[in-house]
Parts: sequence; structure tokens; C-alpha cells
Amino acid sequence: MFSGLLIQHRQHLNMHRLHNVDFRSLVAGAVNQSSVLLRSKSLESSGIINLIRLITQGPVEQYGVKRFSTAEATVEARHSGKIREKTLTMETLNPQVKAVEYAVRGPIVIKARDIERGLQQGVKQPFQEVIKANIGDAHAMGQKPITFLRQVVALCSFPELLDSPSFPEDAKQRARRILQGCGGQSLGSYTASQGVDCIRQDIAAYIEQRDHGVPANWENIYLTTGASDGIVSILKMLVSGQGRSRTGVMIPIPQYPLYSAALTEMEAVQVNYYLDEANCWALDINELHRAYKAAKKHCQPRVICIINPGNPTGQVQSKKCIEEVLHFAYEENLFVMSDEVYQDNVYSPDHQFHSFKKVLYEMGPEYYNSVELASFHSTSKGYTGECGFRGGYMEVMNLDPEVRAQLVKLLSVRLCPPVSGQAAMDVIVNPPRPEEPSYLRFLKEKSAVLGVLAEKAKMTEQILNSVPGIQCNPVQGAMYAFPQIFIPPRAVDEAKNRGMPADMLYCLRLLETTGICVVPGSGFGQREGTYHFRMTILPSTEKLKILLEKVREFHIKFLKEYSTSQDDPQR
Amino acid sequence: MTDNGVNGVLHREKVLTVDNMNPHVKRVEYAVRGPIVQRAVQIEKELREGVKKPFTEVIKANIGDAHAMGQRPITFLRQVLALCAYPDLLEDNKFPEDAKSRARRILHACGGGSLGAYSASQGIECIRQDVARYIEKRDGGIPCNPDNIYLSTGASDAIVTMLKLLVSGEGCSRTGVMISIPQYPLYSAALAELAAVQVSYYLDESQCWSLDVSELRRAVTAARQHCNPRALCIINPGNPTGQVQSRQCIEDVIRFAAEEHLFLMADEVYQDNVYADGCQFHSFKKVLFEMGPEYSDKVELASFHSTSKCYMGECGFRGGYMEVINLDPEVKVQLTKLVSVRLCPPVPGQALLDLVVNPPQPGEPSHATFIKERTATLDDLAEKAKLTEQVLNTIPGISCNPVQGAMYTFPRITLPGRAISEAKEKGQAPDMFYCMRLLEETGICLVPGSGFGQRDGTYHFRMTILPPTEKLKVVLEKVGEFHQRFTDQYS
Repeated sequence: MFSGLLIQHRQHLNMHRLHNVDFRSLVAGAVNQSSVLLRSKSLESSGIINLIRLITQGPVEQYGVKRFSTAEATVEARHSGKIREKTLTMETLNPQVKAVEYAVRGPIVIKARDIERGLQQGVKQPFQEVIKANIGDAHAMGQKPITFLRQVVALCSFPELLDSPSFPEDAKQRARRILQGCGGQSLGSYTASQGVDCIRQDIAAYIEQRDHGVPANWENIYLTTGASDGIVSILKMLVSGQGRSRTGVMIPIPQYPLYSAALTEMEAVQVNYYLDEANCWALDINELHRAYKAAKKHCQPRVICIINPGNPTGQVQSKKCIEEVLHFAYEENLFVMSDEVYQDNVYSPDHQFHSFKKVLYEMGPEYYNSVELASFHSTSKGYTGECGFRGGYMEVMNLDPEVRAQLVKLLSVRLCPPVSGQAAMDVIVNPPRPEEPSYLRFLKEKSAVLGVLAEKAKMTEQILNSVPGIQCNPVQGAMYAFPQIFIPPRAVDEAKNRGMPADMLYCLRLLETTGICVVPGSGFGQREGTYHFRMTILPSTEKLKILLEKVREFHIKFLKEYSTSQDDPQR
Repeated sequence: MTDNGVNGVLHREKVLTVDNMNPHVKRVEYAVRGPIVQRAVQIEKELREGVKKPFTEVIKANIGDAHAMGQRPITFLRQVLALCAYPDLLEDNKFPEDAKSRARRILHACGGGSLGAYSASQGIECIRQDVARYIEKRDGGIPCNPDNIYLSTGASDAIVTMLKLLVSGEGCSRTGVMISIPQYPLYSAALAELAAVQVSYYLDESQCWSLDVSELRRAVTAARQHCNPRALCIINPGNPTGQVQSRQCIEDVIRFAAEEHLFLMADEVYQDNVYADGCQFHSFKKVLFEMGPEYSDKVELASFHSTSKCYMGECGFRGGYMEVINLDPEVKVQLTKLVSVRLCPPVPGQALLDLVVNPPQPGEPSHATFIKERTATLDDLAEKAKLTEQVLNTIPGISCNPVQGAMYTFPRITLPGRAISEAKEKGQAPDMFYCMRLLEETGICLVPGSGFGQRDGTYHFRMTILPPTEKLKVVLEKVGEFHQRFTDQYS
């Protein structure tokens, strides 16, 4: 039966057949008018993967346009019924803002909050609590802060504590150093727009150590308000031109939707390259070439964004693959943006994090002295999970000096990143050393967090793969699983009738029946006709087990509810 | 890093150059941290390296950065923050009970009881409720709905977000935004970046920088020829100009906005910084509601506040909020979506804001200290406002309006014709030339009036009144001496 087929898939990693299954659901509902021709051609074709690529290209490159026209249609409808006299309405709103989408905090999450409020007010639900597995928010999921980090932040916040015997000397020393770097020795002063000098120096030293001695210049370091802020700032610098000379930005699909949201807002052209699900979401250099060539026809691709370890896909990029990407960027004259916020989150014993910066250096001066690279890190992930502090930094390489002045000017308008976040960042790059009093406790806490995450990564993959109709790649790194789910054609139809992507319907139903909040794959992008969801592996092991069991039960029920005899995947 | 030349490797064309970068970013200007400030940082470095100068320290009077100027943080705020950051301290009996109870309440509202969790993108709900209650109290009971409150990363963040929503159209239908001249250059910078049309209205220097509605009318009429004016920004108390708007004037502005169909943005970050006798802060929200439903049901208003100014001066925490009134419900959904992309404002800044809107109450253990510290800071500022005005007005060639509020003086300076021509030859604004010379000769860092905008042919600078009284006296004296010297040299 159905489960038999999926086991077979797993054994042979036969994506061809998986897509075959998906393709039927695609034919049943998801393919739009424009691909009729392709569809008929497809039936003769045996190279179904290629075909799906072809199908996706059309809508992909018109993505922004499509969304825009949808918005316009809404405007049309509203014109007739206009009664208000507001200055700012959906008709007069910035159209780029209207087009922005951000699924991680999208409709599902809004619905989850409503349900949560209902529960608090005594509304009966088939579950006791909403589990928000939509976002990588470690502390909200019960992870404890690293003691040393919080001691330093508390000391910086209320320096009278520097006289308290209950704080270790190394924490006090860090706090004194940070305060020394602040105007008036207070976290309440503005800092330089690039961040506190001594923190930038600590970051440079950290990068050098991480990259086994590859030099880092502290003047290339910019503190940011979380990594998002740095990413948006660099993208903003790069967007220019009109029509065919408009900046194109290559992003992975699936991607973290900050990228698509920022590009939409800036009216840059999103150039999708697809990660290879059949190959543990690895990046395939041929796919980069394909995407680049296709995009060249209608925009000017100037940037490539990489997320390593992957979000939402959890893959850890090999050194060879990074070399290929850098070589490609060098050849095609692309600015490289490397989102490395999950650099400490590598669980698979066969994988290792390699920074783009280090690999670039090792490729020799021809590359190292020319490829423009911005890499990003943050306090929000790793073993600290300090999302609320909005700390982060970026390192820029080979930036044109005049452009650098422009960047500093741009950042200065927002004055400075939050100083408590800068302090938290400092602790992360300058943790207790072996000879210091806090070292043992720090090490214990750090390894406990990372050990548990590795265990949960494994467990999530295993349990999900035991569910018929769900297939999940190994979670090599980061904090998420992004399993592919089979959605029966009848469910796909129903979703289409309700005007939502099929995996949105699935996630909505999951939320309503189990209280589990996950994000539909359509919010990250996926090959047309495939469906996924993203869930974090962050809930406590016990809770995660329950969650995964509930997902299993739900999925089986969902399949049963929507299956017809025609859907028997064995046919 | 190895030099290209050394390796004999030919330089590849850069992907990103000033010629092909985002042209809107290139147009952005932000004088508060502009060339003068960069030079000041450089001079500081030179001083550290032992370079001889006619002064021993750089005094940065360019920015309203209270703590950097030696103002002490309010104890209660920092106690609660330390408790939130490191909750083990809740067991420490050295902390007062009211600080602990505030910290517990904030932590209880955070995911996992931690400042390290993301909050809702609008901000922590109980803090938004506290903000709403604070506004109600401030405005004499006019109701405030927590759903209209959005916490932000400093006020700047919220201002830019609202402007972003408002910008649309092309050519003659492109959004125009009315801003005061002189203005705080966040506005001009944001409008340049968003490619919106800046519509300038001039404050009346001869009337203590007050706002004149006929000038608003002139500006909007002129602007309608080439853009679509849709928003009106007001800074009250004024930055850099320090005026406090009268209630009558606010009413006039609201009526004007209603007639001209403008979205109102009221930047009220200096609301606690009012020093002059007879002046009082009136929020736009309060005046709007007192004008009756004809206005309060109609005029769209966003007002902004922050933790960075007033008596707290906690700039580094980047805390702030905005209240939106009469925002179209669908637009509100779009606003929430837009802010969600950046996840949430920094949570320590949110916590700090909570304490600002919910300070120790009479009867609580920290109340007396809190009041003492707050009063001392505000009294001190009032004294310095007066002192600054008086000393500057004794200098021939400098005239200064009263600093009724905020944290700056924006005196008018008379520059000799020869200095003006020399500046022009160097391609500099004359007051930039003046400020640069002042910096090189005295170590005092001010911002030229040209960075804020001013009537053609007039010259100003902005300086904060924040240095400690003794230092401020020295600064003012040095400015006087310099001005005399400068005038003598060029006349």
C-alpha cells in the first residue's frame, strides 16, 4: 500500500518516483493554466524532474509580478465599495509593502495566537496547549540561558553588582571591558554605528581562531540588530538599475523568507536556485548555472545568498561545494552573502562547518583579494539562543572603500545596534577560557545544549521518516526539519478552492486538531507540486516526542480523510 | 590582508561600486553622524596616539547622548534590567521589592520567562498594556487601546516604518511628506532612501521657531504641483530647535491636516523635556480627542516615543513605541506583517520602556529615590537650557532662541563674507566650514545647521545642552572665543 511505496522510496532514494506521486497531485490541481502545454508534453516524458523544473521556472520568475497583480485585483474590488476617507488605505499603501510575505510569522502563527488566547479564556479545544514549533526561539521552548552570558549582561546593566561577591571574576572582567568601551561607561549611551570598538576587536579575534588563523581585520566587522538587519543593509546597498539591468539576487529555494521579503520590499529581482532534496538538500553547482543563465535574460544577477547550515533545510555544506560556489561567484562577478547564523549548530558527525571566509582564503589570493563577501552571525542561534537581545554582526571582505563609507553612512541613520545585544555578542565571541573560574560551568552548559539538540535532530528525522507519506532528510545542522509531505489530490483541490496552498491547508488543520504550529513549505518556496512544512527541533525531548507522535496521528488521519480509491499510490 | 599589488594579481572589477550602488542610498545624508563626527573620532584617536593639539579632549556635543555626557542611569531602571537579565538575582535581598515585582511581571510575559525569547512583533503584550495606561494617564483619561501600540527599536525604527507604508505613486502622484525645516535629519534621510518627495515647511525663527499654519498652507500648495502630499511630520518639543508647541498651534495643525487630508506623524520623544516657564507639553493625541469626534474619528495619527531622551537618556537600549490612531484595519494588518519580518524589537529595550511607563508608585520602596533622581536630572537640564541661551546671546554675532524644551540649542551665527566665499571655494557649506574649524581648534564637535536645513543665507549649528554644567560653561566660553577669533580673521 501507501506506506510500502514510501519505504521503497527511502530505500532507494528514488526521487523520480516520489515526484511521480507528487506530479499526479500536481496535475490534479496545482498546475496553473499557463502550463497546459507542458503538462501534455510531460505525460510523454520520462524525465519528470526536469519537467518540474521547467514548470517551476515560469511562475518563479514572474513571482513578484503575480503577487503584485493579485494585490491589484483586490484594489479593483474595493473601489466600488469605498466609504472611508482615510489617507492610508490598501489602495494607497506602498505596493512593495503589500507584496511582502513572511510566513514564519504569517497567517498560521496569527491563528495560533488566537487559539492560545481562546484557550486562556476557557474555549474548549481538542488539546491543552499550543506548541509553537514555527520559529527557532530556543528560550521560549524552555532552553536555559548560558549563565556566564547573563551574568555579564546583568553586571553591565547594573554596575553596582561589580562589587558583589556572588559574581565570578571573569564575568566582572568582561563587563568592565565592555563598559570601558561604552560612552560614559554605560550601556545607555549610543555606540559608534558600526558597534563598540573593543567588541569588534573581540569578534575579529574570534573569527581568526575559528578559521584557524585566517586574518580578520576588526574594521571589517559591523555589529547589527540581529543578523536580519545586516542582511537587509547589504542587500539595500546592492539594489539598483531598472528593467533588465535591475539587480537580481540569487537565493536558495527553500529559503528563509527574510530574503524574499526584503527583495520584494526593495523591488529587486528574486532569482531562485533549487536545493536538491534527493541529495540531502545539497547545493548543485549546475543548478546555479541554470538559474543564473535564465535570470540574465531579464535582470542583472549581482548577488548570491547562501544559508549554511541551511534554514529551513538543515544541510551542512561541504568544503568542496563552498569552493564551487565561490569559484562560480568569481567567474560570474557576484557579490557573495553568506548567512552563517547556525555555524555552531552542526550535529552530524560526518559534517563540519566551514566558513566562506576561510574557504575563500584557502583558494588563494586571486580569490581572497577579489571576491566581495559579507558573512553574517547572530546571538539568536548556536547554543545561546538569545533571540530577544537582537545581537549580531557581519564581516565584509573586499568592499570598495567608497562603498564602505556609504554603508557606514546608511547604518548611522539608525544610530546604533542595541548595546545589550552587542554585549551579548561579545560574550559569545569571547567566552570563558580554560584557566578562568566560569570555564567548567560554561562548557557544561554549552555541551548540554548542543548535545540535546543533536539528539533531537536525530530523533526528529527518525520519527518523521517512520510516518507513511512523510519523508525527511537528515537534520545535519541548524534547528529545523523540513520534511516532504504527501498531500492527497482531494486535499489539494480543497485547498485550491479555498485559495490557499495545499500545505497551508495541511498546517492549518494540524494546528486546529493538535495545537501544533508549524510553517507550510510554501512560505519558504519549494518545487512546484511538492509540499513540506518546517518545524523546529527545539521543544524539550519529551515534548518533541509527543509532538512528533501527534503529527504522525494527524497525518495518517488526514490521508485517510482525503483519500479515495483512485488515490491509492500503488496504482 | 595581503595587498593585490604585492601579489601581482590584477584587480577584478568590484561588483559593488559607488557608481552602481543603490542611488537612493547614495542620496541619503545624516549630518548628526556626518563628516564632522568622523573627523572628531579621528582626532580622538590622534590624541590617544600623542599628537599635540590645542586641546586635551574632544567634546561631542553633536548628539543627544546623555550617558556619554556623564548623566547617571536611573537606579530603578537598571536594577530591574539586571534582575531580568539574570533572574538568580531575584533571590538577592539587596534588590528592592518593587524592582523584583516589575522584573517578575516582565519575565512572566516573556516566552520561557526569558529576555532571550523573541517577543510578538508588536512587542510584549503586557508592556503594550502598560504603555496604553501611561498614555491614558498622561492625556487626562482619554482612552488608549493597547492594540494601537507598537513597540519599536528606538523611535527611528517606527518613524521609518510608518513612512514606508505611506510611500507610493510615481511622478506627480508620488507621496510627498511635509517636514519642518530645520528638521531632525532622520526624516530627510528616510525620505531620500524611500525616494519620497520631501516637502519643506519653515519654522519661524523670529517667533521662537514656532510653527505657522499659513506656512504649512504655502508649502502644501506649492508641493501639489509636483507630488501628492500625504503626510505631515511634526517634532514637538522641537529637534534641533527646542520650541514647545502651544495647544492652539497643535489644534491648528490638526485642522490643517484634516482639511488637506494628511496623515499626521507626531515625534514626541522629548515630551518630558520641557523647561521654559509657561510652556507645557500637549500630546497630539490628547488635543485631537479634545477637538471632538469630527476630528478624533477621522484624522490618522501616529505618535512616537522613546527611552533615549527625557530623564532616562537610555539611548543604547533602543527602546520605543508608537501609537496609531484611526489606522485603516487592513493597513494595520499590513503594518503588523511588515514589522514581523524583523521579528521583534530588542527585548531589553522593551523591558526598559515598561519601567518608563510604569515607574515606582508612591508607597513603593523605590519611589523616593526614583523621584529624586528624575527631578535632579530634569532640573539640571532646565538650568543648562537657561545657561546656554544666556551665554550664547552674550556673544556678538550669535543669537539664540530660548531652549524651551528638548536637548539642543540651535543658535544663528553671523559669518563674514570672506569666510563664506572661502567655504564655497572648498565646496563646503559655510557652517560646515565653521564647525570643522571649531573642531580643529577647540575639540568641540557640533553639527552645522546645513545638516538640518535652514533658510537660505542663514547659518546655524546644533549643540546639545547635555554636558555637565561645569563642562558646558567651558564649552560655551570656548565657542565664544572661537567665534570672536573667526570673525576677526575673516572680516
